[in-house]
Amino acid sequence: MADYLINNVGLFGSYPWLAYLLAGLVHAALLLQLVAVGALFFIWLERKVAGRIQDRLGPTRVGGKFGWLQTLADGIKLIAKEDLTPGGADRLLFKIAPYVSFCASFTALISLPFAFGWVAQSLNIGVFFVIAVLGLEIFGVILAGYASASKWSLFGAMREAAQVVSYEVPLGMCVVVPVLICGTMDLTTIAEMQRGWFTNWLIFHDPFTFITFWVYFTCALASVNRAPFDLAEAESELVAGFHTEYSGLRWSFFFMAEYGSMLLVSVLAAILFFGGWNGPIPITDWVGWSYESGTDPVTFTGYLSNLLGMLNVLGKGVFGVTFMIWVRWTLPRLRIDQVMKTCLKYCTPIAAVMFLGAVIWKYNFPGGLFFRSQVPLANVQETWQGGGGRLIENSGQNSQQSVTITARSDASQSNNQTQVVVANDSRRQEEALP
Amino acid sequence: MMNLLTEPVGVSHYLVVGAILFVSGVVCMATKRNALGVLMGIELVLNGANVNFIAFSSPALQGNSGFSIGLDGQVIALFVIVLAAAEAAVALAITLNFYNNHATIDVDQADELKG
Amino acid sequence: MINWNSFFFLLFALVACFFALAVVFTGSVVRMAFFLVLCLSATAGLFFLANADFVGAMQLLIYVGGTMVLLVFGVMLTAQGPFVRMKTDGGQWLVALIVGSSLLAVLITAAFRVESWRRGPVGEAATASTNLDPTATPIGMALLGVRVDAVDEPDAVLRSGLSGYLLPFEIVSVHLLVVLIGAAYLARTKKRVRDRTV
Repeated sequence: MADYLINNVGLFGSYPWLAYLLAGLVHAALLLQLVAVGALFFIWLERKVAGRIQDRLGPTRVGGKFGWLQTLADGIKLIAKEDLTPGGADRLLFKIAPYVSFCASFTALISLPFAFGWVAQSLNIGVFFVIAVLGLEIFGVILAGYASASKWSLFGAMREAAQVVSYEVPLGMCVVVPVLICGTMDLTTIAEMQRGWFTNWLIFHDPFTFITFWVYFTCALASVNRAPFDLAEAESELVAGFHTEYSGLRWSFFFMAEYGSMLLVSVLAAILFFGGWNGPIPITDWVGWSYESGTDPVTFTGYLSNLLGMLNVLGKGVFGVTFMIWVRWTLPRLRIDQVMKTCLKYCTPIAAVMFLGAVIWKYNFPGGLFFRSQVPLANVQETWQGGGGRLIENSGQNSQQSVTITARSDASQSNNQTQVVVANDSRRQEEALP
Repeated sequence: MMNLLTEPVGVSHYLVVGAILFVSGVVCMATKRNALGVLMGIELVLNGANVNFIAFSSPALQGNSGFSIGLDGQVIALFVIVLAAAEAAVALAITLNFYNNHATIDVDQADELKG
Repeated sequence: MINWNSFFFLLFALVACFFALAVVFTGSVVRMAFFLVLCLSATAGLFFLANADFVGAMQLLIYVGGTMVLLVFGVMLTAQGPFVRMKTDGGQWLVALIVGSSLLAVLITAAFRVESWRRGPVGEAATASTNLDPTATPIGMALLGVRVDAVDEPDAVLRSGLSGYLLPFEIVSVHLLVVLIGAAYLARTKKRVRDRTV
């Protein structure tokens, strides 16, 4: 966006740094709005869904028949509450804790693409970054638990920290499976490879990926502390866990962080397993609106198709969150030892076996069961400038040579081999690594 | 200070940051009575070294002379991170054992082998 | 005319240095742990700025997300009563500060001595430096033994040494296994000694 501003809007030609500032602010504002409005919507959705599951109606009074504005009313109440800090609490840590949680949840949204090219910061290591930052949310919880100077808070925080840290391991292993199928950690590329009919979605690539999705979902539920893994907030046991002593706006920050994380893991699942912004039916491809992969001229129809794609991704994310809410109000809560047992005895071995299975499947059956992308996206090419930084003593030549790493997994090849093609100016060396 | 905002940064600036982290770690290791404070000093020292490695490895910082150590620096930094994590785990296990056996975490009390 | 690269470098560098000094000078061990988390996160930001994106993400995942959680757990388990704030007496502080500041002076002088280290890239090299390649795949290939970044090394002696990092990778794997077993053994359940007052 900044480049567009610099090139097209005259004012920014002379102040390019202003263009970057504006682009950054716009992206941050959009993402903040997504988290805030998302939290508003999800709290209302949770109350409605919970009500229906429990054979009652949920909020119906504020804002018409369906209680649309109930969360807004709750928000106003929370802001107006008295802001108290417990007596023995460490004031600095107590005040900072909700913001740490919220920051971690928000930072991970930076690298999530919502449509082709619509990503706040396109990172080559997108998946890795999201998983890394998800693990930072736990600091807010631990600080809140400790700084509240209450034993309920401390126990809740410790349990939750143990749970989140343990479940990071199978979560990481599950996330690696789509990465190895696509050959890249860039989320935009992973979603682009699933273009076309819904049979191109990675979840239908092979049975191992299918099971991996369910393990991922379980680990994601544990990571965001939703039931049945919500013993950190277990009302029946710990008063309210780590946020017992929080009231008003600080408490609402914790909840924005929690709903933000739920949306984050759902959208990540949508991108990794369900095709991201590529719908079940490739309408925008038929009409010719969508961008060809690898180019992005800014056109109106392209913008429209991206808008549809974004709504698609958000729709899948909302469906994921609804599924989490459904699971919460249906299944009973697990004890801490059951939580750890599920992680260590079930999730981790299953994730490891699925990883192995996906590797073997990819090696023996190059295409997936149905995976036929019509764009030649099975080539993931990276060109790396070799030797650009080395001190070459007695040669005056330009040491620009490119190394092309091509991972080919076409179904048309009889034997699937990954070739590392090392090319330079005068001679060609090919090393084939099976 | 103002020209720092307008000019690109070079390797020296990263080295200064690395130096400050390293020296903070050394002073932390030397002065803290809490065993966990000493551990934190060790982490700071390793991070200071990592910042130096990354600064030397980055072709983005090298200016026109261009001798970065390239990928070597980044891989070394990677190994340092992994080994620091391993060492922190073992050091923490030892510290917790000490706490359980002596009911104190003060390193000044660890003087049973004193002659 | 703000160079945003320099601005963010300054931001992350100031945060990292400030919180590193805060770790040294604060009294409460819980606050020390928290400040260290912030310092390491700012260091990860510095890594991202220096085009080491893979190492930056590894720092966040392993160091901040793993090692620091471990340390914070340790702090929580032992932060009871008299152990939260333990003061060191003045004489030791003086010696430590003298040693520390002399070391800092030496290091900073050395950093600014080398002429080619002082300036960043200007002109064409500056624009080239914003379009650098991602480092994830080269690091991965190097760990498997294929040094894709140094295919054009003209010196034959240096070339024969560029065999990749497969051996250190395997050694580190075995090392981590040893650490896993060792830490699990050290942390096994044992009888506790009765408390004594400090």
